[in-house]
Amino acid sequence: MTQVNERASGADDSEPLLDVRDLSVSFASEAGVVSAVRSVSYRLRRGEVLGIVGESGSGKSVSSLAVMGLLPPHAKVSGSVRFNGEELLGRSDRELSAIRGSKISMVFQDPLSALTPVYTIGDQLAEAILVHQDVGKDAARRRVIELLTLVGIPNPEQRATAFPHEFSGGMRQRVMIAMVMANNPDVIIADEPTTALDVTIQAQILDVLQTARRATGASLILITHDLGVIAGVADRVAVMYAGKLVELGAVDDVFYRPRMPYTLGLLGSLPRLDDDERRPLTPIEGQPPSLVALPPGCPFVPRCPLRIAKCSEVEPTLDALPRSGAGHSAACHRSGEVEERGLTSSDVFGVTPTPTAPGASQPRAQRATMLEVRDLVKEYPLTKGALFRRRVGTVQAVSGVSFDIRAGETLALVGESGCGKTTTIMEILNLVQPTAGTIVVLGRDTARMSPAQRFAIRRDLQVVFQDPLASLDPRLPIGDILAEPLATHGASAEACTRRARELLELVGLRPEHANRYPAQFSGGQRQRVGIARALALEPKLLVLDEPVSALDVSIRAGVINLLERLKVELSLSYLFVAHDLSVVRHLADRVAVMYLGKIVELGDVGEVFRRPAHPYTQALLSAIPRPDPQIERRRRRIVLGGDPPSPADPPSGCRFRTRCPKYAQELDDEQRRRCVAELPPLEARTGSDDHVDACHYAAVVPVL
Amino acid sequence: MAERASSQLLPEQAGAAGGLDATEAVSRTRLVARRFVRRRPAVAGLVSLALLFAVAYLGPFVIPWQYDQLDTNAFLSPPSAVHWFGTTQTGFDVFALTMRGLQKSLIVGLLGAVMSTALAAIVGAFSGYLGGTLNTVLLTIIDLLLVLPSFLIIAILSPLFRDHTWLVFVFLLAAFQWMVTARIVRGLTLSLKEREFVTAARFMGVPTWQIIARHILPNMASFLIIDATINVSSLILAEVGLSFFGFGVQPPDVSLGTLIGDNAGAALSYPWEFYFPSGFLVALILAINLVGDGLRDALDPNAVFQGRR
Repeated sequence: MTQVNERASGADDSEPLLDVRDLSVSFASEAGVVSAVRSVSYRLRRGEVLGIVGESGSGKSVSSLAVMGLLPPHAKVSGSVRFNGEELLGRSDRELSAIRGSKISMVFQDPLSALTPVYTIGDQLAEAILVHQDVGKDAARRRVIELLTLVGIPNPEQRATAFPHEFSGGMRQRVMIAMVMANNPDVIIADEPTTALDVTIQAQILDVLQTARRATGASLILITHDLGVIAGVADRVAVMYAGKLVELGAVDDVFYRPRMPYTLGLLGSLPRLDDDERRPLTPIEGQPPSLVALPPGCPFVPRCPLRIAKCSEVEPTLDALPRSGAGHSAACHRSGEVEERGLTSSDVFGVTPTPTAPGASQPRAQRATMLEVRDLVKEYPLTKGALFRRRVGTVQAVSGVSFDIRAGETLALVGESGCGKTTTIMEILNLVQPTAGTIVVLGRDTARMSPAQRFAIRRDLQVVFQDPLASLDPRLPIGDILAEPLATHGASAEACTRRARELLELVGLRPEHANRYPAQFSGGQRQRVGIARALALEPKLLVLDEPVSALDVSIRAGVINLLERLKVELSLSYLFVAHDLSVVRHLADRVAVMYLGKIVELGDVGEVFRRPAHPYTQALLSAIPRPDPQIERRRRRIVLGGDPPSPADPPSGCRFRTRCPKYAQELDDEQRRRCVAELPPLEARTGSDDHVDACHYAAVVPVL
Repeated sequence: MAERASSQLLPEQAGAAGGLDATEAVSRTRLVARRFVRRRPAVAGLVSLALLFAVAYLGPFVIPWQYDQLDTNAFLSPPSAVHWFGTTQTGFDVFALTMRGLQKSLIVGLLGAVMSTALAAIVGAFSGYLGGTLNTVLLTIIDLLLVLPSFLIIAILSPLFRDHTWLVFVFLLAAFQWMVTARIVRGLTLSLKEREFVTAARFMGVPTWQIIARHILPNMASFLIIDATINVSSLILAEVGLSFFGFGVQPPDVSLGTLIGDNAGAALSYPWEFYFPSGFLVALILAINLVGDGLRDALDPNAVFQGRR
């Protein structure tokens, strides 16, 4: 992260490496012609990093696939793509193959599907080299080892003979990057390279990408929806909306002086990790337009608070902003005005003040306990054999987790995938006796519950799932979906209909939409339906399983604000599971950090984020990219080495020690022995009673 | 989120709940219908099937002869204005017989297919959803039925239901038809069971049978529809095969199978006796298979859009 900023500033006169002009892509579909990319133009200079941000369906991936010539044959592509002065569009697949992989390479989002499962990693890498270079097999082999070393794969000689499924997601993405580097390309296109990965792994991969760029001297096009990733890596940023570039400029200009209302809204709608007070988010109302039969004018009009009559008539072009930095341009009729008045996102989109709970002033200890989990253990048997299954081992997905939730409180459970947070909430929702430990929901122990009591408790304990498309039955109209819990708990048909309408209004949807199907709604609206269903029975405790992580950035803020409002209006308590710490910072009162089935730190969210004591919490916090270029450039990341160990075979003593930077760098042998031998208990070590951690050598290190 | 500080900038926007109305999605039924109609052979199949139905049920009203009525003035007469398809050796009208046979084949096929698919859906869904002992027992039954030679068993059992209604025969046919479908339904259920909307229903306290009826089976409706359609043709063929050997529909009732069986020897000498029933059978099976193929393509969400309308 150190040498990011040798930016190719003012090199406008030099010949661009990649010159994309008026690139348009359209597809025929059942509904009509989809204009996925509409007249996109940009230039990529040698050694530059261009970040392309946009929501799903904004055309960011399609435009780069068009550059690579990788679109399916039924896509109509027009415009011009010049690479080193040579036109790429209209060339045959054979001609393009000579350029693809050797001059322009691509890193895909999903490293599992990008690697062939039946060949070893070494063979696949060697293939990439042999296709484009006239070298012997031995030379290719040596280069493979060299590349694997470069991207940080331990034991490269041995690992080259392994198959893709033997690698973790992060390791596979490293292999993909090695493959991309194999032929020293001039341009690397990375399409959401870290989206499928955990934050600590994301930090590693971003580092490797920088290494790759330095080693090959290539320019990089980084496509992502994550403004934080862009802020730290890119020199210039292009913002896409509805298939068009709406703002383009140097990273500082776009992040600190956005001039297109969409960019303003996007930045304002992001929850920030470093907010001390709860800053209300400014959601962009509505949803991105359908790309079929776009009306004339600016596609952002229906969502734009600054729209004037002209906006619906003439689509603005991407024009240079006279007062801004070189190369900063925006596609908005009123960007001049925005510039003049220095409007910010809260000026444009308005601010809803965050409501505060009336009971929040009451001390925590005096409030009623909604949920109490003590030493929860969940084991899964590992079996072998198809006909006669025998047990060969045990996976302890959750091993001894304790926490409680008081009335009106939000507890966030955070951690990387596989840490056991989902297992924990599923155990709570199943309302059965766990492998060990106790779960007490609203004063009732799940181990001693009769079926009738369990059914009654379900009224008070409801869940909102991560993916609203998966959690709503596609075959039922949403009115029926909302009525289902009510009918199950004995409401009359008439009462169901009335309540369904009420619920739709409560979550900001129109009651008339009750007879529509989930597929007719956008992601954010579907999640609102999911929330409405969970609220149908007026529960007291709501379990939220990553409720916003499947949503687009601009829609996220609206759902977060809704959850905050509902919590106060209906005096709910939330158990909130997330991997996105910025959302946690915004929504939660207390936070529990999990690692490999154990809680490593637990406390008030402000306290834990400001004064993290456990090395894992510190690493997690430092790994989150923040949408602020200056902070991103300045700060140092604590990059954790390796992958989380398998829960089937956890390390002895402290489970984090295999990846712990403190264990590796600061401790002497005597101290390390304690980490290996002794499991650190969860206790208060920082002076505050409400802030506990599980590290023998806990020390507060502020990382934000 | 209704009161926004910026609403004075643009008051008329306050009520806008998004572009939902602008982007009204095409409903699924209409989409499937549109895709189906685009496939010419499927439409041709559907039209022929409708025509066959119409002929089978309306034909007998048009002609003066009944299938069990003898014309003592015309033995083995070739097709003529009086007897459209000619007559048999005993003086039965071949058109009346063929229509009766066609009716029987259509009913046997449809009824049997509905029964076998329904049984498969219920067994497969419960076995997949509940798992455990029930699953083991049901799977064993399925495996057992799969290894039994169905033709032989129905042939052996046929004397037992000789005096009973032909519905028993349909039951038996269906009873040997559902197993493969049930295994597929079980597999689909196992994957649907993991879907979050099923989990959500479980966490609401919805009872098991209701989850299966409301969430699991409707979500594999396309598969069940296709399967039932394909079952129709295989059941008709099974019935024809059994009747051909005299184990199926019993005289005096007729089916296409008994007609073909009785008149196979006359194929060269008195071709109208053999070719009219056989022709209708071929047309019927072809029509059903075309409709089945068309439905499968139309219901398959992964079918590539070809760009034609």
